[in-house]
Amino acid sequence: MDDSVSTDPIIQLSGISYSYPGESPVLKDLSFALHKGERIGLLAPNGSGKTTLFHVIMGLLAVSEGNIQIFGRNIESEKDFVWVRRKIGLLFQDADDQLFSPTVLDDVAFGPLNMGKSKKEALFISRKVLSFLGLSSFEERITFKLSGGEKKLVSLATILSMEPEVLLLDEPLNGLDNKTRIKLIGVLNSIDVSCVVISHDIDFLLDCTDTIYTLRDGGIEKDTTVYVHSHDHAHMLGHVPHQHE
Amino acid sequence: MLQEPFAVGNSFIHRIDPRFRLISALLYSIVVAILYGFYPLIASVVISGLLIRTAGLNGKAVLKRLALVNGFVLIFWLILPFTAKGNILYTIGFLNIYEPGVVLALQVTLKSNAIVMAFIAMVSTMSFSTLGHTLNSLGLPQKFVFLFVLTYRYIFVIEQEYKKIWRSIKIRGFSPKTTIHCYKTYAYMIGMIFVRASARADRVYRAMLCRGFDGCFYTLSEFPSSSRNWLFLVMMIFLSAFILLMEFCFYG
Repeated sequence: MDDSVSTDPIIQLSGISYSYPGESPVLKDLSFALHKGERIGLLAPNGSGKTTLFHVIMGLLAVSEGNIQIFGRNIESEKDFVWVRRKIGLLFQDADDQLFSPTVLDDVAFGPLNMGKSKKEALFISRKVLSFLGLSSFEERITFKLSGGEKKLVSLATILSMEPEVLLLDEPLNGLDNKTRIKLIGVLNSIDVSCVVISHDIDFLLDCTDTIYTLRDGGIEKDTTVYVHSHDHAHMLGHVPHQHE
Repeated sequence: MLQEPFAVGNSFIHRIDPRFRLISALLYSIVVAILYGFYPLIASVVISGLLIRTAGLNGKAVLKRLALVNGFVLIFWLILPFTAKGNILYTIGFLNIYEPGVVLALQVTLKSNAIVMAFIAMVSTMSFSTLGHTLNSLGLPQKFVFLFVLTYRYIFVIEQEYKKIWRSIKIRGFSPKTTIHCYKTYAYMIGMIFVRASARADRVYRAMLCRGFDGCFYTLSEFPSSSRNWLFLVMMIFLSAFILLMEFCFYG
């Protein structure tokens, strides 16, 4: 880990508890910190509260206990969270939840317009983001007619157009084919933001993040043990002595 | 899948400010709706046809839409000539065909075709979202416009969800019969669609909050003010006045 970690955390959760009505708590006395430049992976079983954690950070779910600090500010009211949402971009698991405007350009410009940018600025930044993602030809495409992979990339564009300082990615590779996966990983590695990534794909997390955490019994844990292990693999002519890159 | 085949284009009509188009279409259709005389009615069908021409729309696609309307009109033809009593035109067996009925059915046919053609030419030449914003800028409440635009966006998702459930029902050997089991399955299906739609609405709203949604929609589409808009509106007022005048002159 580099030196930047020694600075104050940009997201700091302490003693967070959350439970859905009538159920046992999903998050229990959870503490977590994200520092500038850090990339954290979150690998945990289904139902362990990963998505809930993201929604708590964005203020979509109100915690029963605990303290949230974002960029050193105590976040309590809905008004505080409005401010948080301009700084942190959340990529939803299902792109269909995120894209609601008829055309791609409308959707990408939605965030900047809400942030009070003028039409001209919003268009400029939206076009910039789309071209960065190689989606320039998509501007006038109808969002619900895009393929699954295209939808995912466009949803990422709708987040990036708000120029967030932190990205929360909820299973970004879900249902993507190999080509789109590679593209998305390339994009994520080329943008300079701190991020937290939920995924079940260990290879992806090792590739894209510096640290991998897991959620257990409502709390967050760092799994740093290194296990030496070997892989079996098969291919044609495998019996011939050979080397792998 | 619903589509907007006419919304894309660069004709004279496509470039008119949507507000001017919507107002023109409303004014014109009100005038056509109160016509009775055949000359003004035929004139209005011709005018609507010319509007479609001006919008440069695909004739076949327009006819397809009109076929839909005329399906309803056909019902009038099956009922009115036999029921609106007056002079007898023909007698087929025990059925009398009355003149006022035929006249009425003919009027309905001409009117509805003229109005639908005018709307195709002036209103379906804008995208759904543009129509939403246009309604908003003409003073319709914002909530109504949200409902309008979002319903349009998510009707497809709900349709997909319906298909998904339906497929999973079908692959497990379901065939509709008049049994309690069947009705129960339908009830589950409809219930599940509502539940999923509401859960979806929740997630969409959250996603919108994350992107700074504060209750206001902003639109990107711009229609620069131009003398063309006024020219178009004046032309439509003139044409409406013309057919109205025809109505009064011929049939007072």
